[in-house]
Amino acid sequence: MADIKKIATREAYGEALAELGAKYDNFVVLDADLAAATKTGTFKKKFPERHFDCGIQEGNMMLVAAGIATTGLLVPFASTFAMFAAGRAYEQIRNGIGYPHLNVKIGATHAGISVGEDGATHQCNEDIGTMRTIPGMTIISPADAVETKAAVEAALLYNGPVYIRLGRLAVPVFNDPDNYKFELGKGIVLADGSDAAIFATGIMVNAAMKARESLLAEGIDAAVINIHTIKPIDEELIVKYAEKTGAIVTAEEHQIIGGLGSAVCEVLAENHPTPVKRIGIKDKFGKSGKVPALLEEYGLTPADIAAGVKAAIAAKNK
Amino acid sequence: MDQAKIKELKKISYDIKLGAIEAVYSANSGHPGGSLSISDILAYLYFNEMNVDPKDPDCVDRDRFVLSKGHCAPALYSVLSLKGFFPREDLKTFRQADSYLQGHPDMKHTPGVDMTSGSLGLGISAACGMALAAKYCGKTYRVWAVMGDGELGEGQCWEAALFAAHYKLDNLCAFVDDNGLQIDGPTKEVMNTESIADKFRAFNWNVVEIDGHDMEAIEAAVELAKVTKGKPTMVVAHTIKGKGVSYMENSCGWHGKAPNAEEYAQAVAELEAAKAELDK
Repeated sequence: MADIKKIATREAYGEALAELGAKYDNFVVLDADLAAATKTGTFKKKFPERHFDCGIQEGNMMLVAAGIATTGLLVPFASTFAMFAAGRAYEQIRNGIGYPHLNVKIGATHAGISVGEDGATHQCNEDIGTMRTIPGMTIISPADAVETKAAVEAALLYNGPVYIRLGRLAVPVFNDPDNYKFELGKGIVLADGSDAAIFATGIMVNAAMKARESLLAEGIDAAVINIHTIKPIDEELIVKYAEKTGAIVTAEEHQIIGGLGSAVCEVLAENHPTPVKRIGIKDKFGKSGKVPALLEEYGLTPADIAAGVKAAIAAKNK
Repeated sequence: MDQAKIKELKKISYDIKLGAIEAVYSANSGHPGGSLSISDILAYLYFNEMNVDPKDPDCVDRDRFVLSKGHCAPALYSVLSLKGFFPREDLKTFRQADSYLQGHPDMKHTPGVDMTSGSLGLGISAACGMALAAKYCGKTYRVWAVMGDGELGEGQCWEAALFAAHYKLDNLCAFVDDNGLQIDGPTKEVMNTESIADKFRAFNWNVVEIDGHDMEAIEAAVELAKVTKGKPTMVVAHTIKGKGVSYMENSCGWHGKAPNAEEYAQAVAELEAAKAELDK
């Protein structure tokens, strides 16, 4: 475990595009002057004629992608930072891609507070929230490089708009590339447990596994479930673990308003009311800093998840 | 283009206007002013230029049309019905809850609509995407778009203007329906977009200015667009908002308002008379 490989999901996204480019000739990639950061540059190196830089104009890029998709000739991947996709270009995505349900894939990197030093303007903690409100939008939030690669291919093969949430930070690759299977809309039970269940997404999945280990030492057996598809969410699995454990924790590198925590609460409130503790950013903007310090300050560590599990169990036992 | 062809297209233009007014009147809602100012352009494109087939509306090789000023849907629906994409009588269902004729164009439910539009500034970008896809795939279809002069206030139009020139989208031709009026008043007073021609020239487009109600001028502009290499073409079409209905002409008030029964009857009478006049 000590020398486990770390790769940013944006890095895996660029590699996935480059690998898939050889396998499928039906897609092109758009970027908005961030190819070096979103890693679509990796694809561009291999397929320069299939990569179109739009310059710094995310709104136009989303509709160029939409226009390409209307032709049925090509599938466009449009990439920029999450802030400038789900934030700045929200209306373009809503009216130009979501409403006509066009086959556009949005590769949004630099999601969450783990952007680090660039600070609040570039740390998008609201994108799951905005994208989730768009009817018919699929949202994928991969946890590591292996999952990212599988998710990008699944998104390409799926006919409809997909928002793929990716991070800047190098994170542990914990999925086994030989056995990993991605199924759109299906959560993955990484560890079963009976006392509580942690539903985590993105970089928080690995943190949830660490929380589970520390809890086990204290005699608490918490299940860990990777929710890589936030929309459509795996209602069946959420209800199943609520019934089984009676104590739920959600963990996301996103605002607790509108994100995975909200989505899980919506499912449970209507189907199986259960105590829930949401681990995420508590209605705050981010700020500049080193990522580990930020994760600590904003309550996104394994210890925060473990505390959430204990609180959820206490609420269950009240 | 001979005089008979001009007359035929002008008659179609009047039929577009009649259908658009009928739709707005039936809905008691919608945008008649701009629908009337673009009817000559639509008549020319759909009946003398574009390769589209109502029997095969999704044909991958067809020419594309994007109504970037999507609020003028009544004119678009009217020309599509004339072309045979759907029954003319369905214009009466415009904006009704059980109709496929939405207030603004909806590509998913309306045959012949190539792009959903209505949020200003978005359509021209989509037209760029269609043109780019044609270039990449070696397709020879052309992409036509109609924007509004007020719409040019949207920053995204200028993003698209940069993009189309940068990627040398010479298979794209956009018209600006320069009727000089927007909701809050004359465009020059609300937010001056003049000189539209100079701006697009500076953005490295091939630019032509025409009288947007002159069929021969429209033809010349379209033919110029088709032979221009390496640049997209912008046709700045000087038009009259409300063209053809006396009380609607050059009036901001008729941007987004439906006529009452009396006004409707007068509009139909004027348009029918003008159409009949063509045969005299």
